[in-house]
Amino acid sequence: MTQSPKPSPDGPAASAEGGDVLLEMTGIVKRFPGVLALGGVDLDVRAGEVHCLLGQNGAGKSTLIKVLSAAYQPDEGEILWEGEPVRLTTPVAAMKRGISTIYQELDLVPGLTVTENIFLGHELATAGFSRRAEATQRVRTLLARLGHSEVDPNRLVGDLSPAGQQIVSMARALSHDTRLLILDEPSAVLDQEEVDNLFRVMRGLTAEGVAIIYISHRLEEIRQIGDRITVLKDGRTVATGLPVAETPTSELITLMTGRQIEYVFPNRPTTPPARDAAPVLEATGLSGDRFHDVDLRVHAGEIVGLAGLVGSGRSEILETVYGARRSSAGTVTVNGRRLRRGSVRAAVAAGIGLAPEERKSQALLLDQAVYRNVTVSSMSRFSKASFLDSGAERRAAEELSRSLDVRPAGVDRPVRNLSGGNQQKVVLARWLLRECKVLLLDEPTRGVDVGARTEIYNLVRRLADEGVAVVVVSSEVEEVLGLADRVLVISEGAVVHEGPATEIDESKVLDLVMEGEVA
Amino acid sequence: MSDTPTDAVTQEDTARVEKEAARQVEPGRFGQVMRSGAGHNLGLVLALALLALVGVATGGERFASVDNVMTILRFAAVIGVVSIGMTFVITGGGIDLSVGALVALSSVWCTTVATQTMANDIHWIFIVTTALLVGAGAGLVNGLLIAYGGVVPFIATLAMMASARGLAEIISARKTQIVSVPGFTDAFSRDILGISVLVWIFVVVAVIGWVLLNRTTFGRRTLAIGGNPEASRLAGINVRRHTVLLYVLVGLCCGIAAVMLIARTTTGSATHGQLYELEAIAAVVIGGTLLSGGRGTIVGTVFGVLIFATLTNVFVINNLSISAQAFTKGLIIIAAVLLQKRFSRQPGS
Repeated sequence: MTQSPKPSPDGPAASAEGGDVLLEMTGIVKRFPGVLALGGVDLDVRAGEVHCLLGQNGAGKSTLIKVLSAAYQPDEGEILWEGEPVRLTTPVAAMKRGISTIYQELDLVPGLTVTENIFLGHELATAGFSRRAEATQRVRTLLARLGHSEVDPNRLVGDLSPAGQQIVSMARALSHDTRLLILDEPSAVLDQEEVDNLFRVMRGLTAEGVAIIYISHRLEEIRQIGDRITVLKDGRTVATGLPVAETPTSELITLMTGRQIEYVFPNRPTTPPARDAAPVLEATGLSGDRFHDVDLRVHAGEIVGLAGLVGSGRSEILETVYGARRSSAGTVTVNGRRLRRGSVRAAVAAGIGLAPEERKSQALLLDQAVYRNVTVSSMSRFSKASFLDSGAERRAAEELSRSLDVRPAGVDRPVRNLSGGNQQKVVLARWLLRECKVLLLDEPTRGVDVGARTEIYNLVRRLADEGVAVVVVSSEVEEVLGLADRVLVISEGAVVHEGPATEIDESKVLDLVMEGEVA
Repeated sequence: MSDTPTDAVTQEDTARVEKEAARQVEPGRFGQVMRSGAGHNLGLVLALALLALVGVATGGERFASVDNVMTILRFAAVIGVVSIGMTFVITGGGIDLSVGALVALSSVWCTTVATQTMANDIHWIFIVTTALLVGAGAGLVNGLLIAYGGVVPFIATLAMMASARGLAEIISARKTQIVSVPGFTDAFSRDILGISVLVWIFVVVAVIGWVLLNRTTFGRRTLAIGGNPEASRLAGINVRRHTVLLYVLVGLCCGIAAVMLIARTTTGSATHGQLYELEAIAAVVIGGTLLSGGRGTIVGTVFGVLIFATLTNVFVINNLSISAQAFTKGLIIIAAVLLQKRFSRQPGS
């Protein structure tokens, strides 16, 4: 409950110093049938500051911003807007006050143009006829204000990159007279360069007096952009108005988790895996969508990391190895046996498993029980003449979920009810059940909260120690370097560097991916 | 990981998650019961009982007689078999609008073979086999178009609906084919244990359908690809092949239904099976199968079929018009879907 508005003299907090309190929420309670989602939240936001909202998955961040944008009505509590008590009854009412929200899942219409999306719901029109030229002109101004005049207002939003779509969302928020902008994990889909750009835009807005509520899992980003922090845990405020510059990371983690941990990667084995033995997974001269001529060799017990920007081709390489995309040239072999091109089934049969980037849409059957998600790739093991022995399935899934520490226990629960980290464990359990030899992990900790991350890291290392060949792709360079034994840096679809993870640091990797070519 | 310092904390974390998970599954008692499979079936039983009460109140003896119940069941059997096949397609994330036309095509094709090509001295097994092959074959075409041709199910089967009906008219020259193959009528108009063979066929198809959906890899894969086709593909399931099999299965059911319809009416006709697609989809949805795929119930479908058949019977007994029937059926479909939406809604996060 620290209430210490002491901005550092020259830090980013300085901009917040003179800001008046724009929004004050006290004792906000929100109940859902059987669930206390918010149990008393306090939050105050000043004009011109970036106020960071921290908390683990399920801490109530999303519910809080939905209350603020009037998607939900609070059951108790008071909201003061510029000192006046207000009731935000509908999203439109919140919008009229100047509150704009950009949700985690962007809510754009892919089949409409940039301009049409930005003015969706408040089209510029005279007697029902849209004033297209004026709209386009205003969109150009908005995009220029965001520093993205290169975005064509007449392009279809579906054709833009995730970063481009985010810009459109921001422009839409600014097309209203925005006083308070809420950003829910905007950086999750962005790479480093785009995050930097986002921050530049945010600084521009705060300089104009706009207040920003910023939600992110990434503490290092909050260090860069934030002024003050409010921490939520289990639907309650555990600390509010912490100055970013003066609060150590360990204290934040303790507040979020109620525990004292360091953000640690597991130790690498003292004896490195035998590199002279034949590799388990070998891709030679592999080319395909967005990448070309990639050689990749992974040995038993080794973790190889692929570092690169979003769009550099890293995910495409993994998916091509897995057969989910068709290669245009090159070969993939597992233990010397060549795989049929473009066949997931061949890859799975050879012992490859993939934990894809979009866990919910690409890996999980959300409404089905945990055990069914675990056994879906090994059904033949549990069936005789195609009759399933679901008792045996449950037992196998139970054993695995115990050994991976999936919580809560109980394999008949729908996967939807599990947290991100536990859902990831279910995906890993699926491949462990097949005793896979090669595990491909695409963004293994996306949407996984801080506490569960360490568990996932330890698990991946344990699998490698048991002889699995692992390939990890991540947008977080720190994660690749911390987890992998060997690192391949990918830039514009080509490998620009390969070497032990201990012999390269984050800034070197970033240099490499920005420049593209190796010296 | 047992000796890492995080252990004590994860315990606490678990307690939290467990509490949350426990909370999530209590959206009020009524909703809770209604959401479970058993609760939904209970609702269907109540609906059926209510209909029966209306039947007894308005029709008295004419409704509550053994003969009439048999009539209802014989009526339900044909559309019931189609609906079982439809349950699989819908659970697998698809739809089949061509079922009525496939029934017509199968009935015409196999009876034309019987009455024209080989006169009346062929064995009745031949008629049955032809009907099943025609149904399954047309289903195969649907499946290949959808799985490998990339045509959306709605369009592919809409086209099949038009073409199959047209082909049936061409083959039959728009004439009704009377079946007088001796063995055929003997085989299918008999009663076993006082119950029509047609009803027994429905029972057998429903039981096989239940086992297939709930106890086999085929059923599990159907649920998987209906729930999330992309995840199923990446999990190593052959989604395309399975999709083809689903449409072959519903086509086969149409072939069986054609045989049953020929037995009931002693004719094969291009006008058979009118609006079966509507009745079958309605029965499946009323039964509780999700129209978007990923959840399916054979028991529910059987109830859905019985509800519709009973409703029709009550209308007929009271000499109410076909139009009134159609109107009421429409209302019932909407009510069922609204209820389904109401109880499958997720609690907010």
